[in-house]
Amino acid sequence: MKKTTTDDTTTRESAAPGDRPAVKGLGAVGWLRWFWRTLTAMRTALVLLFLLALASVPGSLFPQRGVEPGAVTRYFQSNPGTAEWLDRLWMFDVFQAPWFAAIYLLLFVSLIGCILPRTRVYLRELRREPPAAPRHLNRLPHHAAFEGTAPTDRLVAALRRRRFRVVTGPGWIGAEKGYLREAGNLLFHTALVGILLALGIGALYGYRGNVLIVEGNGFANTVAAYDRYIPGSQVSAESLEPFSFQLDDFKVDYQIAGDRPGQVLDYTARLSVHDSPAAAERDYTLKVNHPLDVNGTLTYLIDHGYAPTFTVTDGAGQVAFEGPVACLPQNSRTFASECTIKVPDAKPDQLGLAIRFLPTATEMQDGSWDSTFPAAINPVVQVTAFAGDLGLRSGVPQSVYLFDQERLKKMKRLVMMSEPVELGKSLDLPGGHGKITFTGVKEWAALQIAHDPGRLPALVAAVAAVLGVLLSLMIRRRRLWVRVRDDGTGQVIEVGGLTRTESGDGGFADEFADIVKALKESTAPEEPERSTEPAGRKGAPG
Amino acid sequence: MPAEVDTGLATLSDQLLLVTVLLYVFAMIGYALHLGFGRRSVQQAAVVREHALVGAGTSVPEAAPVVEPAPADDDTAGPRWPARAGFIALVLTWLGWAANAGCLVTRGLAVGRWPWANMYEFVVAICLATVTAYLVMRHKFPQLRFLGAFVAVAAALSLGFAVRYLHVQAGPVQPSLNSYWVAIHVSAAIIATGLFTVGGVTGIIYLFRKDGRPSRLPTRADLDRITNRVVVLAFPLWTFAVIAGALWADKAWGRYWGWDPKEIWAFITWIAYAAYLHARATGGWRGRAAMVVQLVAFGCLLFNLVGVNMFLGGLHSYADIPGSP
Ligand code: HEM
Repeated sequence: MKKTTTDDTTTRESAAPGDRPAVKGLGAVGWLRWFWRTLTAMRTALVLLFLLALASVPGSLFPQRGVEPGAVTRYFQSNPGTAEWLDRLWMFDVFQAPWFAAIYLLLFVSLIGCILPRTRVYLRELRREPPAAPRHLNRLPHHAAFEGTAPTDRLVAALRRRRFRVVTGPGWIGAEKGYLREAGNLLFHTALVGILLALGIGALYGYRGNVLIVEGNGFANTVAAYDRYIPGSQVSAESLEPFSFQLDDFKVDYQIAGDRPGQVLDYTARLSVHDSPAAAERDYTLKVNHPLDVNGTLTYLIDHGYAPTFTVTDGAGQVAFEGPVACLPQNSRTFASECTIKVPDAKPDQLGLAIRFLPTATEMQDGSWDSTFPAAINPVVQVTAFAGDLGLRSGVPQSVYLFDQERLKKMKRLVMMSEPVELGKSLDLPGGHGKITFTGVKEWAALQIAHDPGRLPALVAAVAAVLGVLLSLMIRRRRLWVRVRDDGTGQVIEVGGLTRTESGDGGFADEFADIVKALKESTAPEEPERSTEPAGRKGAPG
Repeated sequence: MPAEVDTGLATLSDQLLLVTVLLYVFAMIGYALHLGFGRRSVQQAAVVREHALVGAGTSVPEAAPVVEPAPADDDTAGPRWPARAGFIALVLTWLGWAANAGCLVTRGLAVGRWPWANMYEFVVAICLATVTAYLVMRHKFPQLRFLGAFVAVAAALSLGFAVRYLHVQAGPVQPSLNSYWVAIHVSAAIIATGLFTVGGVTGIIYLFRKDGRPSRLPTRADLDRITNRVVVLAFPLWTFAVIAGALWADKAWGRYWGWDPKEIWAFITWIAYAAYLHARATGGWRGRAAMVVQLVAFGCLLFNLVGVNMFLGGLHSYADIPGSP
């Protein structure tokens, strides 16, 4: 920061002459006052704002747990040493970090401490009359003089029509305008506090969760129904909006021809919704950018994939498994996907089936099979099958989508990546372990459900902030004086004006000329002009 | 769902882009000739005018000379061809502007959507916004005409970069981008970026400009004023773009603010420009220091555009850059 004797420092120093005793005599109260003063200085707010921006940089450089937990895990795997250190510095949770909160809170306090006294000053200023005219109007940056006779109230009326605040004195008129500039400034800073508050409300009283639903299945908004549920600290499980819906159909439109085959054109999820247990059913078409809104709780479509359906018949001829299995896409262009079926009830042995699902299966040159298009045009599955103890009773939680490799080593491999099994076809499992039938293809949709009571306050505050910025940047505070003087041959009317904001001088010359013209028109018309020059000081340093 | 691409129009768009680059390059040469070989009389003329102004300010009644923008051609002595080169450069810039606009329009018609939904289209649109901002500003501030060389070189380089590294065939975009929010959010971001780019150019020249030395470039006071003017215009637009982005994110991603890399850098950029405006309005950092803050802010803007899209990813990473995963 460059040290200059500017308005800022001089006013601050002159405003508090009594507060500058020898440093050692400051005392606890003195220190507190000093701290408060420093904290609430405009500059401190600026520095804190800068710090806040700086503090958010690592949040864009390192993966964040709240955004991409998978990427954080990968980071830990590839650089365990650094990751541990970074984690200690909260680099993977930047926006939950205590140091981030500290800056945020200090800024919050600083803003309030800045706004309150400024509002007081502003209110006082609102009630104050424009100052008296200086003696020499021709020393002002904008100045004009013309000859004419006009009763003061005509001039005053002309100024009032331009919404100037006007006072009169003997032989002079003072006028001022542009008070909204400071109002805009205050509005803007207040709105910033509002945004910080809204974010806080959302974090405390909002929740979000994810759920994966296969076509034909439903969801009821309870904590237990979520695959992942992240509540704010003030959210109780009972407060969840009691709606429910069923995913009737999910469809993806793909570009078929052109130079980007496979590009997604549209996603459509058709839902039957009950806004509450008692409410009638309604249909809703869920699309990207069009969330389902039930009293402020919003359901978004965020992901999709395939869920082929199977029937597994065990060695004893019993149906041991029947239904869809959600597969995770391994390749977003071809949607080659993988999933697992665990069949603990199969006889004689428990079965573990790893499925590879190819929506548009094509034989490659090397004889292997892969998918070449994301839509289910020629769907096949390839099966890898294991028999033996699945270890489900060990109590250790297992992934739904993956097998534990250690566990698989203990099981007997029956089939290794079978030939493609077409829709409706079965694959016999060797050794009398039964068979698996590929019965159909469904799709699944991943939905995010979110409730954030801070949304609307945030929007209101943000709009207020823009309004405030516009006012404070666009409006100039300007003063104008008129003196009516008799120079022996007739009345001379002198006008002088200035803007009170630097860098705001730009357009004032034109406005000043306009005002002078209006004033002139309000004088008696028969007098000839003696001189006019609304001095446009275009080149003057603002 | 406009899945069909009009390949004829798409090809025309690509050709127009090459025409645009060429026109900007030639314009740049014209400007440079005018700047380099024209008579360096501007500084003196400006001083004379300045005196006249002081006179006017203190109200010498009749004789105050009327202040008017410097005539398009100051070259009262010396060769006349550099001035002509400057004029031709202006014409070329307008032609380039038309080609640039045509390139976007044909692309939009070819794909039946707003033509700024991937990185390539985005850069092309920003160049158009920058050149537009320059041409409009030049109308208001005649001193700016000597910055044409710098604006043209920036536009030509960016477009060259876009053609070489960012170009993707005209085509449909992800469903999330089939939204009227593209028109609101991205257009605002583009216009703001165009204006900020003019501020970036004037800011850089400001740092290199030495007052008192004969030069055809605008004076530092002029540069300072013009820069401030552009930023004052662009800042509310940028604010609006960020808020529109938040509204869109609320519709598309289920949260209005999630500290996605693009959001973080939009925020940082916003703070940096706010700091510049504050610093200038409330004192302390005037002149060079404020200008440095402005350029830091411009750097953040560029990083958000290039760095975040190419290196950091995040939800905004459908920028669709060739070669990226
Ligand atoms: C809080 C939310 C958001 C913020 C703060 C934000 C911010 C920005 C900013 C600053 C840009 C400007 C350009 C740049 O420098 O790269 C931009 C561009 C863009 N935004 Fe957003 N945005 C938000 C939400 C969204 C959403 C929800 C979408 C779409 C689903 C979106 C789509 C785009 C596109 C397509 C561009 C243009 C080009 C590109 O980089 O590919 N934005 N956004």
